[in-house]
Amino acid sequence: MAKVVFNEEKCKGCYLCMTACPKKIIVIAEDRMNAKGFRPVEVLEMDKCLGCAMCATMCPDCVIEVFK
Amino acid sequence: MAEKVLVKGNEALAEAAILSGCRHYFGYPITPQTEIAAYMAKRMPKVGGVFLQAESEVAAANMVFGAAGAGARALTSSSSPGISLKAEALSYIAGCDLPCVVVNIVRAGPGLGGIQPAQSDYYQATKGHGHGDYQMIVLAPSSVQEIIHLTADAFDLADLYRMPVMIMGDGMLGQMMEPVEFDLGERRKLPEKDWATTGTDMKRKHNIINSLIMNPDDLEACVRARYERYEQIKATEARAEEYMMDDAEYMITAYGTTARIAKNAIVELRKKGIKVGLIRPITLWPFPEAAYKKYADKVSAILSVEMSMGQMVDDVRLAVNDKVPVHFYGRTGGNIPYPDEIIKAMEEIAGGDK
Amino acid sequence: MQQVFKKPNALCDVNLHYCPGCTHGIVHRLVAEVLDELGIEGKAIGVAPVGCSVFAYDYWECDMQQAAHGRAPAVATGIKRVHPDKVVFTYQGDGDLASIGTAETVHAAMRGENITIIFINNAIYGMTGGQMAPTSLPGQVTQTSPYGRDPKTQGYPVRMSEMLAQTDGAAYIERVAVDCVKNVNNAKKAIKKAFQTQLDGKGFSLVEVLSTCPTNWGKSPIEALDWLRENMIPYYPLGVKKDKTTEE
Repeated sequence: MAKVVFNEEKCKGCYLCMTACPKKIIVIAEDRMNAKGFRPVEVLEMDKCLGCAMCATMCPDCVIEVFK
Repeated sequence: MAEKVLVKGNEALAEAAILSGCRHYFGYPITPQTEIAAYMAKRMPKVGGVFLQAESEVAAANMVFGAAGAGARALTSSSSPGISLKAEALSYIAGCDLPCVVVNIVRAGPGLGGIQPAQSDYYQATKGHGHGDYQMIVLAPSSVQEIIHLTADAFDLADLYRMPVMIMGDGMLGQMMEPVEFDLGERRKLPEKDWATTGTDMKRKHNIINSLIMNPDDLEACVRARYERYEQIKATEARAEEYMMDDAEYMITAYGTTARIAKNAIVELRKKGIKVGLIRPITLWPFPEAAYKKYADKVSAILSVEMSMGQMVDDVRLAVNDKVPVHFYGRTGGNIPYPDEIIKAMEEIAGGDK
Repeated sequence: MQQVFKKPNALCDVNLHYCPGCTHGIVHRLVAEVLDELGIEGKAIGVAPVGCSVFAYDYWECDMQQAAHGRAPAVATGIKRVHPDKVVFTYQGDGDLASIGTAETVHAAMRGENITIIFINNAIYGMTGGQMAPTSLPGQVTQTSPYGRDPKTQGYPVRMSEMLAQTDGAAYIERVAVDCVKNVNNAKKAIKKAFQTQLDGKGFSLVEVLSTCPTNWGKSPIEALDWLRENMIPYYPLGVKKDKTTEE
């Protein structure tokens, strides 16, 4: 069991996290924007998350918290 | 009473700095002030202090900036071309409200100019060194004993008002030997440096030393607050010596080395029946305007004598506001005015022997 | 479930001003993680540069000073000489460290000044809008090298880490990159070692971090990582350039 939590308001939509995820489960949230005007990311299949924190490692804005 | 010792101006300044608690000196060799650095190199290790010969004047001044921000009494010294290079850091130091002392043993300019004494950095010291709206307190000693007192007070003034203080001399004063007492005189009560970067020790919010304020209103407010402090300094710290002014019909005004020569000229002029006195600014900024205003209605002419093409004379004219004619006599290029020259200039103004 | 990744305590809880995908943010976090792990936030004093990271003084919880352009190593020297028992570091970009501040950088290294420098090399001036940096690559198009940097008239890029490794005073110099997870992890190890070098009183330490500038490179953040990997790493080889830390 693992999960990631995105602080969406801090996200700048650079999507470096998506390139880092080994399971490729991070996707762009197409249905919403944050206050900065960026489309944040989300994980729809959280059960596949390894809790490896690779996404958080590449995030320049400390958007991501990882639980395991 | 402290014992009298015979010392050179430059060395007296360095020792007075150490006695005032300065333990951080950063400098770069340049004539005619290198004796300050050499003295510090010898003395600082003996008192647990730091002497560092930097790679440049620019770096030395920025080391002072760092040390001042870290809460230390920091000193750098140089001569005219070196002060131009230090101007960058002085602007930042003023913009960050940091205290430090910088010494300019002025030599003739512009450019490399010469290495002989001059007072041609008056504009630079009092009107503009680095960029931006700011001031430095500028002290102009005229004897070795006064160098000691003003050096001690320079550190106090810097800490009290959180701003750079310049001690401005020239090669003549730096090389001059006089018997002095290393008595620093009365010291000021100073505030704690709770703003310094000393490490938070996880016990307080972080201190930030910074001059970058992107919002124009915020920057304006910051600069205006600084200028309110400057007004307070103008009101309380302006200093001048009056010499034979009581019955004076004419005023000579001069500072530093030139004031010493002017005093000799005044004695001779009085023998010739011309009643002349001297106003010697001790603080070049704040300029001691009150000392001039006091005599503006009493004297019939003022002669400003400088080792420059005429720089302080502008401030004298502003101070008396056209109430009395202000004349100028100066030598430049490293030449020192002789008493005879000053006497001749004054006689011309006074219309010959009385 | 336990939290295995969060914002380090030494990083202020603020929005960084950097453009989307700019890797400054990663390096800021790594420095903060190292301050946390070594337990030195309370004794750290940082020096912020002029350049894109000019606001760095607002991003770490430790005491900070802002320096004039290029002067951070001199300012850090002043601080360190006042507080030799504190941990003093600078964070500087390539224009700041390798152009206008070259003298301050080289002489701090030659003195063996016991400070740590984090040097961000992204081969361009970011803050002023994308001009040629001392580290811009041959042929690289920038605002001030619009036809591509021509070494015949515009000189060659400088490999600062190799240059500084020649100084006797340098104790630890390493070049790292932040283009992928593996390299980010290596970068953190290097930054930690650099701070440890200072804590051990070994002398000057510097970590050069190859970083991206998507905005001024005219690339997406992800393309920028690829550009770094394909163009910068071949010119600026990663690895330890100097390590005196094991010497007694």
